[in-house]
Amino acid sequence: MKLSDKAEEILEHLWIMTYEMKQEMANFKDLKTERDAPEVTELLALNYISVFRDGIRLRKEGMKEAENAVRRHRLAERLMVDVLDLKKPLMEETACRFEHLLHKDVEESICTLLGHPAFCPHGKPIPQGRCCKKSERAAKAIVSSLADVDKEAKGKVAYLHTRDNKKLQKLMAMGLLPGVSVEVIQRFPSYVLKIGNSQIAMDEEMARDVFIRLKR
Amino acid sequence: MNAKLKKFRGSCHNNTNETIDGLEKITLVGSPNVGKSVVFGNLTGRYVTVSNYPGTTVEVTRGKGRLGSKEFAVIDTPGMYSLLPITEEERVARNILLEEKPEIVLQVADAKNIERMLHLTLQLIEAELPVILNLNLMDEAERLGMKIDLNLLEQELGIPVVATVATENKGMDVLRDRLIKYERTAGRVFKYDNLTESAIHKIEEVLKGEFNISKRAIALLLLQDDPDIKALVKEQMKGNYISVEEIIEETKKRYAQPLHYIITLARQKEVNNIVERATTTAVSKGMDFRERLSRLMMHPIAGIPILLMAIYGLYEFVGVFGAQVSVDFLENKVFGEYINPFFTKVVSSIIPWKVIQELFVHQYGIITLGIRYAIAIILPIVTTFFIAFSIIEDTGYLPRLAMLIDRLFKKIGLNGRAVIPIVLGFGCDTMATMVTRTLETKRERIIATLLLSLAIPCSAQMGVILALLAGNSKGLWIFVSIMTIIFLFVGFLAARIMPGERPLFYMEIPPLRWPKLSNVFTKTYTRVEWYFKEILPLFILASILIWAGRITGLFDFVINILSYPVSWIGLPKEAATAFLYGFFRRDFGAAGLYDLKDAGILSGIPLIVSIVTLALFMPCIAQFSMTIKERGLKMALGMAAFIFPFAFFVGFLVNKLLNGLGVIL
Repeated sequence: MKLSDKAEEILEHLWIMTYEMKQEMANFKDLKTERDAPEVTELLALNYISVFRDGIRLRKEGMKEAENAVRRHRLAERLMVDVLDLKKPLMEETACRFEHLLHKDVEESICTLLGHPAFCPHGKPIPQGRCCKKSERAAKAIVSSLADVDKEAKGKVAYLHTRDNKKLQKLMAMGLLPGVSVEVIQRFPSYVLKIGNSQIAMDEEMARDVFIRLKR
Repeated sequence: MNAKLKKFRGSCHNNTNETIDGLEKITLVGSPNVGKSVVFGNLTGRYVTVSNYPGTTVEVTRGKGRLGSKEFAVIDTPGMYSLLPITEEERVARNILLEEKPEIVLQVADAKNIERMLHLTLQLIEAELPVILNLNLMDEAERLGMKIDLNLLEQELGIPVVATVATENKGMDVLRDRLIKYERTAGRVFKYDNLTESAIHKIEEVLKGEFNISKRAIALLLLQDDPDIKALVKEQMKGNYISVEEIIEETKKRYAQPLHYIITLARQKEVNNIVERATTTAVSKGMDFRERLSRLMMHPIAGIPILLMAIYGLYEFVGVFGAQVSVDFLENKVFGEYINPFFTKVVSSIIPWKVIQELFVHQYGIITLGIRYAIAIILPIVTTFFIAFSIIEDTGYLPRLAMLIDRLFKKIGLNGRAVIPIVLGFGCDTMATMVTRTLETKRERIIATLLLSLAIPCSAQMGVILALLAGNSKGLWIFVSIMTIIFLFVGFLAARIMPGERPLFYMEIPPLRWPKLSNVFTKTYTRVEWYFKEILPLFILASILIWAGRITGLFDFVINILSYPVSWIGLPKEAATAFLYGFFRRDFGAAGLYDLKDAGILSGIPLIVSIVTLALFMPCIAQFSMTIKERGLKMALGMAAFIFPFAFFVGFLVNKLLNGLGVIL
């Protein structure tokens, strides 16, 4: 059974309201819908929501589906930025449409391709999927954090992800920029990376934020 | 900004900045550890400390150089990766560009890492500074099979490009020639994406004020949230700054990532284009010996025996050859048999009064005590230590040690980078206190200064201690263990008491290099010279004070007071004299213990107790004033108020513990 695009949008919003903004209920206006709109009826029939006089509340039954919708949205954003290199306004527009095309299998492969990213480009967490929880995540991933790859792994930097601007600046000063070849020389007691013709030592916290596309 | 800069210019041993007013200026800039200081030395004939690790230069040095018939001022700056600074030293270096109008900006760069170096080049061109690019370390690039087309690079960048191996003076003539003939060219400014470009133009239009770099560069730095530039522009534009702020906010909204990421990526593309066209690299050979050794040094298991071997080598050279063989020779032969008897005879025959004689000779005289301590005991130890240390520095071992020890240092609130000041502290705590500047957060700087002041004995003191414990390996182990425990324990406590952000560790690992003998000796010479100038007057002053104190009875009075804590920690009363010296310098105090041991007054447990207690004293007056300069008076006094009572407290505990356990020494 597949939800309509609009119903998915509502679930997404409800999930964000409930789990990230800690609100009990969302009103119709914020959700850009009405009490008797078809998507509301659709969700009501599935018992995913409760409808009140001026708003909607997410029910436990709809939680999983809502979380998946958010996950797909944020994965789509990551894909737009990391792989397709789209700029912000266009990225958001495309991601909004693309997310609804992500079926279960596609979603997992994209998540794997992106190395099970933990955050969307806006820095919000991406809910984990089944594929992220599998233990062999590092081995299977195509794009992976430097902190998760084996010694002697080689690849090119795919992207840097950190919400700490200073850290980002430091990583870039060390020459860690998308497209640059990296080799992990050592992991313990500190990371030693070969970047071009230089070698850089760093701690795990720094390495964690560098994502590389592994060469096989 | 100005006050900060001033703070950095004044320093303990580099007050030798030549006066260069009115001369045309050549400012050296570039990434850390690319050889700016070597180029500076070649151009000016003046030596500034050169090592093989990033961050050796922590301050600006000015010198004079003659190029052809004209004199130039040459300015050496700390390393900077980009125009957008991360660390304090980078800020210092950039301020030179912002505040002074150099006639030439000479960017020294590491040829083998050209793709990282050109970022700064493009930024300097963008800033409309008069740039010459100096690709240094060409020998290392060639060893890797790299070929760089200098002509093509010049065309691509629109600025002069010169290749050198500065340590061997190769290419320096060409560089000098290009500096003499330099004529300002604009350089080729490259374009960012449309969105960024339009933001730059908008900012350029509303930007008002006088800046020493182009408005384009200012606009780009503003877009990247540079707080110093923001303050600078705000100061000039006052309320009108809001219009700039609006453009920045508007632009930020259009991108998913921070603007400095976007801007760096765009520059990266341009750099890659240039590098691709201008360089070729032969297929790399396998790992050479250098690389194998480097990896062994960084290996968590193989690295330990290598470290122990280095420490053992240091011990043999400094502790045995320096502190025992050389000290023994100078002390007993040169001073004991020649100098002391000679001066005693001369002084006694010229000056009939015993009181005046004692100022120069006998037990506490300037010659027999002050100068003897300085030359016979301290000098050989410090010299051997700095020779060994310079060799270690120049091979590039220290960054590898930093990477090995980072995890341990995180526990005491520091990160691996602090290895450099701490290891330097074993040479001289005063120099090391100055180098704590290279640490990133205030918290790290305070913790490192405290640990240096408390638990890192400098080479002079360490050497005397090694001599005191010669042939007493049990005693040596007890001493080393106690100091290690205190270092870790106090560091651990300090990190708990002073919460703050967890320091991040990142550091370039430079290639292993053969130390150049000439650099090792010049560096040792400058350091020992500085050290000697620092201690000799102090030792003489101490001799005079002690002499005056003895005449007036003040000496006995202070000794009397000091004998309480001294006997409280189980030492003979005579040890109080050594502790009094210890307040001047702790190595001076240790040298005092040396005399007591020779006289047979001090041995066994009390010897260990007195060594430990003195080792925990504040290092010396010079280090104390450096602490005031770097950390402020309040912090320095606070540290002193903790350190002295703590030293006696530890002495008390060690005495009780060793006696309680029935340790026989």
